[in-house]
Amino acid sequence: MPLAEYEPIVASEPNQREYHWTLNFGPQHPATHTTLRLLLTLDGERIVKAVPDIGYLHSGFEKLGEDLDFNQYVTIVDRMNYISPVANEIAWHHAVEKLLGIELTPRGTYVRTIFAELMRIQDHLLNVGTCALDLGAFTAFLYFFTQRERIYDICELASGQRFHASYSRVGGFMADVSHDWVNKVREFTKGFQRAYSDVSRLLNKNRIFIERTKGVGVLSKELAISTSCTGPLARASGVVRDLRKDEPYLAYPDFDFKVICAEAGDCYARYMVRMLEMQESIKIIEQALENLPTGPINSEIAGKVTLPEKMEVYGSIEGLIHHFEMVMPNRGVPTPVEAVYAATESPNGELGFYIVSDGDNRAYRARTRPPSFVHFAVFPYIIPGQTLSDVVAVLGSLNIIAAELDR
Amino acid sequence: MLTEILEKLRVQFGADSFVMSEFRDNVRVHVQPARVFEFLKHLKGELGFDMLVEQTAVDYLYYPDATDRFGVIYILLNTTTGARLIVKTMLNEPNLKLPSVYSLWKGADWMEREIYDMYGIRFEGHPNLLRILMPQEFAAYPLRKDYPLRGRGERHNFPVITRAES
Repeated sequence: MPLAEYEPIVASEPNQREYHWTLNFGPQHPATHTTLRLLLTLDGERIVKAVPDIGYLHSGFEKLGEDLDFNQYVTIVDRMNYISPVANEIAWHHAVEKLLGIELTPRGTYVRTIFAELMRIQDHLLNVGTCALDLGAFTAFLYFFTQRERIYDICELASGQRFHASYSRVGGFMADVSHDWVNKVREFTKGFQRAYSDVSRLLNKNRIFIERTKGVGVLSKELAISTSCTGPLARASGVVRDLRKDEPYLAYPDFDFKVICAEAGDCYARYMVRMLEMQESIKIIEQALENLPTGPINSEIAGKVTLPEKMEVYGSIEGLIHHFEMVMPNRGVPTPVEAVYAATESPNGELGFYIVSDGDNRAYRARTRPPSFVHFAVFPYIIPGQTLSDVVAVLGSLNIIAAELDR
Repeated sequence: MLTEILEKLRVQFGADSFVMSEFRDNVRVHVQPARVFEFLKHLKGELGFDMLVEQTAVDYLYYPDATDRFGVIYILLNTTTGARLIVKTMLNEPNLKLPSVYSLWKGADWMEREIYDMYGIRFEGHPNLLRILMPQEFAAYPLRKDYPLRGRGERHNFPVITRAES
């Protein structure tokens, strides 16, 4: 490969004073949690300038999306924001279903909503936990990770996979959820409250935690809008926007919940927004479980959208032909020659997919709008003037997942 | 709401300055590349589209009935009314250039760098148009359709630095 002229990442500024230090933060650093690098210019302990350098985990997910079909790509999408895998699957299939014009069954929408909210809790649990861990509060992390373990169990019961569930399919799910699953989710919502109150008592009025987070990394409303911030990050800065309310999808119009917002825009506000959002998610899950409809979980437009039951495949010729039609590369569901953008409110912000289709059963272009990528671009704007130890707090509160950042 | 906006755009730029199309709930405006910046500036300044949700590109090399090679897509959002509008423009091989919208939305910074990295479309006026995901010395544009899925052997020929040399 011919080597192009190497351009340095930081352009040297003429007025850069002699005593400024340059510090490499990452790519291997415990507080980044994932692989990303920051080039910090320091004046003593104050940060003058920060230049993020990303791409360490770039693995060409979008190129793979052009090669795998709509159902196969789920396994890749899972690995984008691996803190809340099923939320990505739901976002991806939300876009695919919009492209194909598929309506989900009532049971399908409810189960998806429950999963989406479980994933929101799962993501916020880890984010709040690690943010506290980085600031020296180890106990909160352990309390919350125990609850994450319960959500892993719920995923395992539904799909057989604890972490990367790959549970969603076009028009429905891999399999229906059982009665045990419903009980397990109920159990989780009850047990969660105890861990939640433990952690709120540990952190909410903790003097060290407040000193480290209040007034740190302030993101103003104007900047949040100008830099395309969404999700808890934008809501903590006073942008009242939540796709669950503004552009309702799945079963969200049926439920009563609040959109949590704050005005301060600092790390503490982001922490509080995430904490209170978990309570709202629990409320949604409880309502959804109360009203969980019966009936089929997969939609059956012309009977040919989702894979047939295994019993049918092995027991009847029609089922076998149907299965064959679905899995062969040149068959499958007819897709319109069109392009569509669809977004869901993922735990981290607006997770959208822009799918261009050329009539094949795989995407011609599968663009992800990754919230982590957009949010990390904000970092150089909010960090100057803070101290070196605040980098950890701000990184933690932005919730950067490098697998989604680099894809 | 969107019909009003489209009407205002027609008044401002003339009826034949753009082509409108719809699919599901997406409303798209197809603009010539030479006029895309003034369109976006007007949409931001006068019509309140204060957020650039997404900016991306598509390579239409093997697309059925495609006449142009690249498409650049801007997805705009009005955070007060919740209106979304997709602005699309097409580019062809010798002139892979567009004015940067970094001066309008700061969020365009990394998105434009990613498009440059993946497709080789240059954005004029961008403060720091460098590759963002691929290494700086990478020579190809990996998301173009004529770039093979498994690469052109970059992985095998990647310069290896041993501990002794470093």
